[in-house]
Amino acid sequence: MPLQKSKTDRARIRPEDRPAGPLRILMGSGERAATPRPACRRARFVLVAGAILTWTLRTPVAGSPSVVESGASGNGSLLAVSPPPFSEGIFPCSECHKPDDKIDRTPHEVEAHDTVVFEHDKKNRWCLDCHDATHRDSLRLASGALLDFRESFKLCGQCHGPQLRNWMAGEHGKRTGSWRGQKQYLLCVSCHNPHSPRFKPLKPLPPPHRQEPSK
Amino acid sequence: MSTPPDESAVQPKLRRREVLLGLFTLAAAATVSGCSVDKKALRLFFHSHFKELSPDELSERLADLAGRYSKRFGRAVSVHATPPLEGVRFGYALDISRCIGCRRCVYGCVEENNQSRDPQIQWITVLEMEKEKGIDLQHANAYYDHALVPQPDKFYFPVACQHCEHPPCVKVCPVGATWKDPDGIVVIDYDWCVGCRCCLTACPYGARHFNWGEPNLPAAELNADTEYLGNRPRSKGTVEKCTFCLQRVRKGLYPKCVEVCPVGARKFGNLLDPESEIRYIVQNKRVYLLKEELNTEPKFFYYFGL
Repeated sequence: MPLQKSKTDRARIRPEDRPAGPLRILMGSGERAATPRPACRRARFVLVAGAILTWTLRTPVAGSPSVVESGASGNGSLLAVSPPPFSEGIFPCSECHKPDDKIDRTPHEVEAHDTVVFEHDKKNRWCLDCHDATHRDSLRLASGALLDFRESFKLCGQCHGPQLRNWMAGEHGKRTGSWRGQKQYLLCVSCHNPHSPRFKPLKPLPPPHRQEPSK
Repeated sequence: MSTPPDESAVQPKLRRREVLLGLFTLAAAATVSGCSVDKKALRLFFHSHFKELSPDELSERLADLAGRYSKRFGRAVSVHATPPLEGVRFGYALDISRCIGCRRCVYGCVEENNQSRDPQIQWITVLEMEKEKGIDLQHANAYYDHALVPQPDKFYFPVACQHCEHPPCVKVCPVGATWKDPDGIVVIDYDWCVGCRCCLTACPYGARHFNWGEPNLPAAELNADTEYLGNRPRSKGTVEKCTFCLQRVRKGLYPKCVEVCPVGARKFGNLLDPESEIRYIVQNKRVYLLKEELNTEPKFFYYFGL
C-alpha cells in the first residue's frame, strides 16, 4: 500500500493536533538537519536545505502526527498517527551521538543505555538493526533506507506484516477520537515497547460487589 | 372456626362516596379561593411518551430535567436528546484474544454513564473463563481478583448489552419504555419505565440492571453532559443498561470503553460504512455471536484477532 502524502493530506491535520514537542529536527526523506550550532555555517546550511526539502515534499514536521491512509482497500479515510513516545530527554539522539564518533558495529551491550531492557529477539537483533549508526536521528529499514521515527510502523511491518496490514485496516491497535472522519491512531511503539514488545500483565480493578441477601 | 371479625368495625373503611366528595370539595375550594394550580408541573407530570413529544414539549421537558438535576447535584447539568444519525448502524467488536480482563472498561463506563456507586451498578461484566473449556458461561467467574491479569490459563469475556436486532427486552416491555432506535441502539426512557423488570428476565445476556435502591452518585463524580435516553441520572425503581455511550457516539466519538481499553481489544463503528474498522472485522474475521441460537442477532461481535 503506497503511503503518499499530498497537500490535501497535510491540510487535514488540524493545528491543535500537533503537539509542541521538544523535537527540533526537520526531516525530509532521510535528510537530516542537525541542531543548529551557532558558529557552524555548514549546519545552518543543512538546516535551511532541510527546511526547503521539507516544504517541497510536504512532509510533516517532527513531533506532529503523520498521516497515513486507512481502510482495507487503501482509499479510506485518513487518520492521524500519534507522535512517537520518546522518553524525556532522549531525542534527538545526535545531542550525544556525534557524527565523528567511532562506530563499533559488532553486537554488544551499551552501558549508556542501561535503562533499556532488550527482549526483542535478543538472539538475532541488536541496536543497529533498527537504529542508523551514521544518521542517529533516523531509523533504518533492512534495505538501508533511512526512516523517520514518526513512521516507525513501516520498520515494524518488515517482520510483522499481518499486524501492519491489520493496523492499517483498524483491526490491530487502538483508535481514539472519532469513529467517523479523521481517526487518531497510535503507533506500534505507543503500546509495545520496541525493545521489549510483549505486553506486561496489569493489576485488575476491583471485582464487582457480590449480591448478598439482606439480613 | 370462628367467623372473622368485621374489618370495618376494627378499621374504618374509606367509602368511594366519601373520597369523591372530598376530592370534589378540594377542587371547589381551590377554584373558589383562587389558589392557582401549577399547570406546567401538571403537564410535565402527565407528559406523553417520548416518541410523541412535540419539539416544544421535548425542550421544555429537557430544561425541566436539567433544572432538577442541577438542583439535586448542586452543579450545572445539561440534558440533551440527540436524535439518531442518518445512514448509521452501530456495531461493536471485541477481540477475545487480546482482552486481558483488567476491568478498565467497567470503571470507565461507570464514570461516563453515571451509574450508582453504592448500591453498585456496572453495565459491563467481565467473565473469566478457562482456556481449556472455551466459552462456557456456566463456569465463568465474574468475581476474579488476581494480583495480575491475564492469568496464563484463563481468558476474559466482557459482556454488556448486545444491542440485538430483535431485542427480547423490547418485546416484553408492557409499557413501551424501551425500544430500538434506527441507528441500532436499544434505549430506555427511565421516566416511562414502571420497574416491572420483565426485560431483566427476558434479556439472555444479563445486560439489564435494576435500581433496587436509591442510586448513590457523588456530585463530584457526576458526568454533567447527559442524554435523555443515555447517561442522565436514574432514580430508584428503573432499569438501565449500556447504550453504546449514546451521548458520545451520536456526536461522532468512540464509546468510553473503546477509549480506555489499554490493549485495543474494543472496536466500534458504523456497519454501513465499508471503510470502517468494524466492517473490516465482520468481513474478514471469524466472528462469534453470544447465544446466536436465540436469533436475537446481536450487533456485538466477538472475534479472535490473533
